[in-house]
Amino acid sequence: MTLKTLLRSAKGGFGGLAVTALLAGPAFAQAPAPALSEGNTAWMIMSTVLVLLMIVPGLALFYGGLVRSKNMLSVLTQVLAVASLTMIVWIVYGYSLAFTAGNAFIGGFSKMFLAGVTHETVNDGGSIPEYVFLAFQMTFAAITPALIIGGLVERTKFSAILLFMLLWVTFVYYPLAHMVWHADGYLMKLGALDFAGGTVVHINAGIAALVGAIMVGKRIGYGKDLMSPHSMTLTFVGGALLWIGWFGFNAGSALTAGPVAALALVNTLVATAAAALGWLAVEWAAKGKPSMLGTVSGVIAGLVAITPAAGLVGPIGAILLGAIGSVVAYFFCTTVKNALGYDDSLDVFGIHGVAGIVGSIGTGIFVAPALGGVGVEDYGMLAQVWKQLVAVVVAILWCGIGSAILFKIVDLIVGLRVTAEREREGLDLSEHGERAYNM
Amino acid sequence: MKIVMAIIKPFKLDDVRDALTGVGVHGMTVTEVKGYGRQKGHTEIYRGAEYAVSFLPKIKIEVAVASSQVDMIVETIAAAAKTGQIGDGKIFVLGLDNALRIRTGETDAAAL
Repeated sequence: MTLKTLLRSAKGGFGGLAVTALLAGPAFAQAPAPALSEGNTAWMIMSTVLVLLMIVPGLALFYGGLVRSKNMLSVLTQVLAVASLTMIVWIVYGYSLAFTAGNAFIGGFSKMFLAGVTHETVNDGGSIPEYVFLAFQMTFAAITPALIIGGLVERTKFSAILLFMLLWVTFVYYPLAHMVWHADGYLMKLGALDFAGGTVVHINAGIAALVGAIMVGKRIGYGKDLMSPHSMTLTFVGGALLWIGWFGFNAGSALTAGPVAALALVNTLVATAAAALGWLAVEWAAKGKPSMLGTVSGVIAGLVAITPAAGLVGPIGAILLGAIGSVVAYFFCTTVKNALGYDDSLDVFGIHGVAGIVGSIGTGIFVAPALGGVGVEDYGMLAQVWKQLVAVVVAILWCGIGSAILFKIVDLIVGLRVTAEREREGLDLSEHGERAYNM
Repeated sequence: MKIVMAIIKPFKLDDVRDALTGVGVHGMTVTEVKGYGRQKGHTEIYRGAEYAVSFLPKIKIEVAVASSQVDMIVETIAAAAKTGQIGDGKIFVLGLDNALRIRTGETDAAAL
């Protein structure tokens, strides 16, 4: 009798319990300790590397192509350096502050320098080595500050960016990650849903970038000079790599290679496709031409919108959520930004912040089993949307106030902006002493 | 001697070169330039940020010719570069005092 037929007959005859007893034997009966799963581990190692692919080269090229050629290398350097810095900080105290027991807002220092973590410990109640879990979470803690760079490009000092990001992950990111993803966390206990980081990553980065764009100020010549992107081709390549890497981000957030990851996989495809078409359609109707940058911006907006919902809503809900997130983000990037006059240079707030808010609130709606979602215990739509709203407001306030204070501190210590001369010359030469293109 | 300077649409360069070769002009200098006349520019939109691009890419051709040939050369270029659409370009004729071929030391008409 093969294993498959054994399973089938067992299922048919005795139900699930019998299967467990048949397969596990006596050893399992006494110790319910979580078993390490090699399948889950393999998928999570893959997911970790996919999120790194989102940062370098994905995000670096996406952002790099959008700036003028005189600032290309400054963006690539900032993304690479910020990601590297925050990875080291994660090992020193970041993982401990985010993922150990503490209070409702922040963890403790018990796992500083990864104290107590060995190659044999597994993640909380899970089935993968703790090393894999903390490496996966490390890439999240690295991409979030890297996203903020998009609001600061072409005028901010390199030293100011490094110092700000060090402070920001410490006082803004780790606490919010703890609040949302740790069992003791305030928003986790409240019952707010955030599957893969809508609040922690995207609203967080979007708000910080908006505060930064306002506090650092507009680029010289903003609104007057030609500031068109220097390489839309590289932006396309970066955007495409972001989509590919995002499967690690969303489907990896299942922390298992099972049915939840499968749902997140499908949603990360269809929400994104719907969002690309959504942006393309409104732009075509409103401006007369469907652009590549618009379509790829829709891709990012859709990925952001589906992030908090990836393993929670059904594919039809995902399509709607992606399309709505994309159209609202379009409206913010093209209309609201121009009306208010802030220079969020690469639209981090317009895309990540806005689509993140739409996605986080929409998760509360589309998680409903009646709308094809997986549902949560004691689900009521109004109650759930209210919880989502609380999470969004907490993220906005925590990040907005925290970022404003930190930008002020950095301004006092090293100064936020380069001189007007250096800005005109371009940061590649003035800050880094090299040029992207020698022809 | 004269310099004939023609600003033309980039895709007309091959036509103009063939036409000039056909009437016995065996050398020219070509530069990629930007500028505008009556064609004005166009608008580019990046995520809602609109930029008026007023300088359009053009090709500048410079040919040094004997004074007697100027009219014929100007007509040849004009005929080859013309599309009838706005933005076809312009031709200027400038005086030329001296010329020297560096390799041989020949001067003026012999150097053209």
